[in-house]
Amino acid sequence: MTAPLLDIRGLRLGVAINRSTHHPLLKGVSFQIMPGEAYGLVGESGSGKSVTSLAVMGLLKKPLAISGGEILFKGQNLLSLSKREMRRLRGNRIAMIFQEPMTALNPLSTVGRQIAEMFVLHQGKSWSEAEKLAVEALGNVRVPNPDRRAKNYPHQMSGGLRQRVMIAMALACNPDLLIADEPTTALDVTVQAEVLRLIKELCAARGTAVLFISHDLGVIASVCQRVGVMYSGCLVEENETRALFADPKHEYTRGLLGALPRLGSRSEHGRQRLVDIDSIIADRSKLTETRFIAPRGAEGSQP
Amino acid sequence: MLRFTLRRILQVIPTVVVVALLIFVIFSVVPGTFAASLFADGKRAADPQMIARLNEEFGLNKPLMERFVTYVTDLAQFDLGTSFRTRQPVIDLINDRMGASLQLAVAAMVFALVVGVPLGFLAALRPGSILDTVTMIGAVSGLSMPQFWLGLLMMYLFALQLNWLPSFGYGDGSFQNLILPAVTLGVTPLALLARTTRAGVLDVLNADFIRTAHSKGMSEMKVVRWHVSRNALVLIVTTVGLQFGSLIGQAVVIEKLFAWPGIGSLLVDSVAIRDIPVVQGTILVIVLWFLLINTAVDLIYAAIDPRIKQE
Repeated sequence: MTAPLLDIRGLRLGVAINRSTHHPLLKGVSFQIMPGEAYGLVGESGSGKSVTSLAVMGLLKKPLAISGGEILFKGQNLLSLSKREMRRLRGNRIAMIFQEPMTALNPLSTVGRQIAEMFVLHQGKSWSEAEKLAVEALGNVRVPNPDRRAKNYPHQMSGGLRQRVMIAMALACNPDLLIADEPTTALDVTVQAEVLRLIKELCAARGTAVLFISHDLGVIASVCQRVGVMYSGCLVEENETRALFADPKHEYTRGLLGALPRLGSRSEHGRQRLVDIDSIIADRSKLTETRFIAPRGAEGSQP
Repeated sequence: MLRFTLRRILQVIPTVVVVALLIFVIFSVVPGTFAASLFADGKRAADPQMIARLNEEFGLNKPLMERFVTYVTDLAQFDLGTSFRTRQPVIDLINDRMGASLQLAVAAMVFALVVGVPLGFLAALRPGSILDTVTMIGAVSGLSMPQFWLGLLMMYLFALQLNWLPSFGYGDGSFQNLILPAVTLGVTPLALLARTTRAGVLDVLNADFIRTAHSKGMSEMKVVRWHVSRNALVLIVTTVGLQFGSLIGQAVVIEKLFAWPGIGSLLVDSVAIRDIPVVQGTILVIVLWFLLINTAVDLIYAAIDPRIKQE
């Protein structure tokens, strides 16, 4: 078995309210991503998906702070790296696509220049060289007329195009890991499908591993080989995508799947109600850490 | 860009026309005339014959409509009329004072920019730091301090006690004479600029695209240089424009205090003796200045922000 690309072990983080009190957001999360693998994290809003990805990127802002655990990237603990070392990885080896293509790009700078920054930062290219590479990168994400588009400002582009720009930017330096935080949530359905296919194909072709974050099980199913289900700051279940859909072990996962509307599903009365998740797990405070399933392969996520 | 520039410049014309009308109407209805104010010292009784003669000489006895037509036709030929007091063309009086006024306004603005913008920037990059706290306390004090009082303090300290700088006067435009009035006048825009720069930069720092920039592995310096500064500039330019435009008008008090021979003191003196053509002319010039700066600001916006040109 090859070594995992990303190995998160018992990650705990929370909001530091003051010196002594600490409101936990992640209560010991562990999972691994193999090189070239697409791993999905699902869960409702506030379950800790995005915070996990920001922790990997080293982009947590105060008052968020990591209180325990390790994030191993190619065997190196990211939490022990200096700021400068972390910057060298960020964007270069680990890149990220954000949810809001409307606001995630600088409105006063051309998209070509914003992509070119990657080559200047990480490959020491000159601006003129970098801008040529940026046009190429735009072509790689199948933006039509890349030389003309490179001179566009974000406001001159549609949401789908902007997200393509984000993807071009993230993949510019051929990272080992791409973190995609709800990359298609803000897009309409047809564009969503195109963008998903693009991420999937580009990453497969380059052997880039993906950490795909979404609350949409359908989206996850179409992209990821394995899925982790997060709830209230814990990874409650993890399995191969197909196996998880066929045989969900945790009651919360069952709830999530039950909340998914399916075309043509009807009960005897002609109409089937979608399951309400809160009716399955009535009281969050009763969720104790012991109830969560340890990820496979790890010795356990006990803190 | 050329079309945009032309359109913005053409838009100034109707504003000027409306302002000219307003100025005329207001000064036709204010009580008191130049003739009456000549005898207002109370020592001599106003001689009705004398008043009538003066009114006739200045055309003040003519019907309002007729006076209005004369005013507008003169204005269209860039003739602002003749001063009642000195019998000189108003435009000459203003020309004499304009240089000093601009000198004061530009010096005050440069002082405000050079000190205020960097302070606001640094305060925003380190919110809650000592620099931030001190800057913001300073800014609030600067905004709430009456200018004439500050001017008096400065005079007392730097001219009277330390004897470093001349206390008042134009001094044939020497730099030393400029310092005290310019600094006093510059304190309000400085405080405003420090505050708006800080707010603007903080706002930009919280934007999503700054997170994107960090996710690319940029150092904080590069994030600021490549992504923050240009975006923060929009708010800074707005503030500079508004302040710079109104600075000549605001300078009235400072000019009086430091005996600075600018437009402001000309305006105050002329209002006091109801020298209406001069008052009208000065106000028109102040308004024109404001419009000029505003148009310049609009053009600078368009150069900074590509979204503006499109509309």
